[in-house]
Amino acid sequence: MITAIILITLLGSLFGLGLGWAAGKFRVDSDPVVDQIDAVLPQTQCGQCNFPGCRPYAEAIAAGEADINQCPPGGEAGIQALADLLGLEAKPLNPENGEEKPRTVAVIDEAVCIGCTLCIQACPVDAIVGAAKLMHTVIEAECTGCDLCLPPCPVDCIEMVPVTTETGTWSWPRPATGEAG
Amino acid sequence: MSRSFDTGGAPHFPPHSTVSRVMLQVIYALVPAIAAHVWFFGPGILVQIVLACFFALGFEALMLILRKQPLRLFLGDFSAVLTAILFALCIPPLAPWWIALTGMLFAIVVAKHLYGGLGHNTFNPAMVGYVVVLISFPQAMTAWLPPSSIAPAALSWSDALVTIFSGQPPGGLAWDAITEATPLDSIRTSIATGKMISEARQLPVFGDFGGLGWEWIANWYALGGLWLLWRRVISWHVPLAMLGTVIALGGLTYLIDPGSNPAPLQHLFSGAVVVGAFFIATDPVSGCTSTRGRLVFGAGVGLITLVIRRWGGYPDGVAFAVLLMNMAAPLIDHYTRPRIFGK
Amino acid sequence: MKIDPLSQARSAGQQLHHFHGGLRLRHNKKISCQTPIEKTPLATRYYVPLLQHSGREADATVSQGQKVLKGEQIGCFEHLGRGCIHAPTSGTVTAIARHPISHPSGADGRCVVIKPDGLDQWKELEPIDDWEQASPAELRQVIGSAGIVGLGGAVFPTGFKVNQASERGIHTLVLNGSECEPYISCDEMLMREQPGSIVLGARILQKAVGASRTIIAIEDQMGVVNAALFRAVEKSGAETIDIVKVTTIYPEGGEKQLIKVLTGLEVPSGGRPTDLGLLCQNVATATAVARAVTEGKPLIERIVTVTGNGVRKPRNLLAQIGTPISNLVDQCGGYASDAARLVLGGPMMGYALSTDSNPVIKAANCILVLSEDDIRPPQPEMPCIRCGECARVCPSILLPQELNRAIRNGLWDDVMELGLADCIECGCCDFVCPSHIPLVDWFRFGKSELHLLDQERVRAEAARQRFEAREARLERLKRERKKRIEDKKLALQENSSKQQKIAAAIERVRSRKSPKP
Repeated sequence: MITAIILITLLGSLFGLGLGWAAGKFRVDSDPVVDQIDAVLPQTQCGQCNFPGCRPYAEAIAAGEADINQCPPGGEAGIQALADLLGLEAKPLNPENGEEKPRTVAVIDEAVCIGCTLCIQACPVDAIVGAAKLMHTVIEAECTGCDLCLPPCPVDCIEMVPVTTETGTWSWPRPATGEAG
Repeated sequence: MSRSFDTGGAPHFPPHSTVSRVMLQVIYALVPAIAAHVWFFGPGILVQIVLACFFALGFEALMLILRKQPLRLFLGDFSAVLTAILFALCIPPLAPWWIALTGMLFAIVVAKHLYGGLGHNTFNPAMVGYVVVLISFPQAMTAWLPPSSIAPAALSWSDALVTIFSGQPPGGLAWDAITEATPLDSIRTSIATGKMISEARQLPVFGDFGGLGWEWIANWYALGGLWLLWRRVISWHVPLAMLGTVIALGGLTYLIDPGSNPAPLQHLFSGAVVVGAFFIATDPVSGCTSTRGRLVFGAGVGLITLVIRRWGGYPDGVAFAVLLMNMAAPLIDHYTRPRIFGK
Repeated sequence: MKIDPLSQARSAGQQLHHFHGGLRLRHNKKISCQTPIEKTPLATRYYVPLLQHSGREADATVSQGQKVLKGEQIGCFEHLGRGCIHAPTSGTVTAIARHPISHPSGADGRCVVIKPDGLDQWKELEPIDDWEQASPAELRQVIGSAGIVGLGGAVFPTGFKVNQASERGIHTLVLNGSECEPYISCDEMLMREQPGSIVLGARILQKAVGASRTIIAIEDQMGVVNAALFRAVEKSGAETIDIVKVTTIYPEGGEKQLIKVLTGLEVPSGGRPTDLGLLCQNVATATAVARAVTEGKPLIERIVTVTGNGVRKPRNLLAQIGTPISNLVDQCGGYASDAARLVLGGPMMGYALSTDSNPVIKAANCILVLSEDDIRPPQPEMPCIRCGECARVCPSILLPQELNRAIRNGLWDDVMELGLADCIECGCCDFVCPSHIPLVDWFRFGKSELHLLDQERVRAEAARQRFEAREARLERLKRERKKRIEDKKLALQENSSKQQKIAAAIERVRSRKSPKP
């Protein structure tokens, strides 16, 4: 009886030491986790997560100061990707941070724009071109749909428009799952 | 004048095969062996098959209702029936009725549905059922009959039914009087008592190659298996690898020590090697899918079977070997992925 | 000893090889080969889609009410070179309107609607008088502006293809006449009736890309074709054209599979046949090239097989692009009583159309009308039983069952690793699956999703770079402002110290100047 206990304890310690040594010897160098998290985030730079941009949010997640379900533009897919990356449980999007919406872009109504440059200063990715007292316009391809240009505009001339797909960008739909898919 | 049509997906062809057709063909291939079984060992096996089918379909229906899945579709795919038949072929013909009940409970409810249902089970359901019953009820699982040519008395239908449902031996005879150890059992006990295989082979329970009667059943299993190969229901990789391994390793051990190792042909024609090679290890859901993977899988089953027969605690190791290889199947699949065209 | 792939490719056709997988299917081609090719009569309206290629819609170069001649350019687009669409007959453009465009999505698109004037008058044609004297570049230029695309079904712009090919360097031109999909017989009939134009097209293409020889690949069950082509080659006097018979296994006619059979080489994943010094073109494309170069005629018509048990008199028709399919079916005796499905393409890779007012497009090699018995009734999908049949028949040696599982569960890294990009969507796996899982639909969806994810990734990366650049710019502005303030402060200090010095100096001067007792 005693011999069995001693033997098992010895074996356990031996294997434990072996595993510990192996964990150190065969460690795989990986990217710092902040970069990996940042790579998963959608780079909308909207601030809905309560951080000033995607990188600060990534840093907060890595430091354990933020939860993974605070990003509406990333949506459910983004939360799942973060969960897979960090080995955590995926959870539903926190409604305090916003809700998942289809992709939109900002469009300036040129008849109303007064050329104040407030929206240009607000845009986190410099997607609005223009200058003081000259027409402003949004570069559709660069707009991330973050909504940050709407509050500063004094004449409310900016509208968020959903991105449409035409036949040229049509893609095959997801097949309906069968009876027992 | 334009005309409109209903649309549908490609390919625009009548169906080539269905799951139920695949399962039915396997069942057809088992019929000759079942007939041979009845010829040699009496009608007990048929009662077991009917019982097992009844319980299997019952449990399947129960689980389908609980899981809110379409009854007609899944009961009609014959997968439960096939599981039941394979299980029934592994148990003694006079086993009591609750053996089939327990076996099917574990095969259909636990091994199949609790793992996700058709197509998702990791382990071969028939083998899970058999192994559970074998380990839990060792006594009841020894009620094997000798072949009718050497049996003391012929068993009739009513005898079989009474025995199975009451658990009592027929006609007031004692169990010892009517049961006989299987050929593999005999070998095992002979070696344990220090006898040589050649002596053990003199027992009346042995035929030309393997057990009397059993070798003929193995032949019919093989013919059924070859028919399945011809119909492209199974591929040749698993049977070839498994039988090849059994013959090669069996031959090797026989050459090294003929006294305590049976000849390769004897290995082949005893126990469940042939039925395992063509019907059990070829179960697509729990096996490997890549062709190289299937070769490894078959070889593994053959190897483990021989090891268990020689050194393990049970006379036949096919069921355990299959379950152990089922565990390894995803890993084998991962490492035997074929090279993609152009890469 | 490893043989250099290029030299192995040069010996194409000398020995036949096998490719993995594939299916032996019933041909069903004889029913449409009983009568010669017929020309379709003039339709009342032509609906020429502006989208017959991948990418964005073409721009119409004509406007409503404009009169056009046959072969006149009516649309152009920039996608893989400059592509053009031409008028199928002379008449008036009545509208540029939305209409069904035979697109797999079933959606409508913009079409140039032409009302024929009955004259069928060609525009002024400018053929090359003696193509043998023309330079390869000239030939390629004519091919490019004639709106020719791959007529085997892929509709890849031929002009772009031959330009790319000649840059790479081609030693062998392969003309693909191995029409492997059941029912389709347009290439076979073309080879029977117009082998001369195919051979001429081959010689022109050979010169245009600088190849030293041509192989015309046909199926081994095309006996009549073999004889006809052989005679045509002899008649033309071309010495560098060989005819090779290949086995009839679907999808032998796929470019990559055909090259494997002819050379034993596999086109590298993600690469093109031109990487091996080979150029593949469909035989109908070669005919279109011949017509464009020697007659100056752009691509406005093609041979379409109208067949299936749902059509009374199946046959091959020479149809103009833009002809409503209903016209073609009428010419073939109309629908049979049990016509149930209208498919554009073959039974393996074709897609179903919801109405026969859809027009003939450049990709329409076959109109297949199937009866009830020919199609599978909507079957419930069973779970995958891992039987492995799909992997056994896959010509790209993929694992359709694993791909299916990965796509359903959104495991996109696995999907890429399993080689979804190499799937040629031939439908062999779909055909054999006992559980009736719509594998090709899942793979098409998977490819779209991967593409979308890729686009998302690129967009996110661009957004990140712009964000970081902006942050850097704001930082820089802040620093500059800070520096300016400091400089000013310093200047002020210097100023004040300067003033102090001046005041002190003035004081000194004053005190020196007036040394009062």
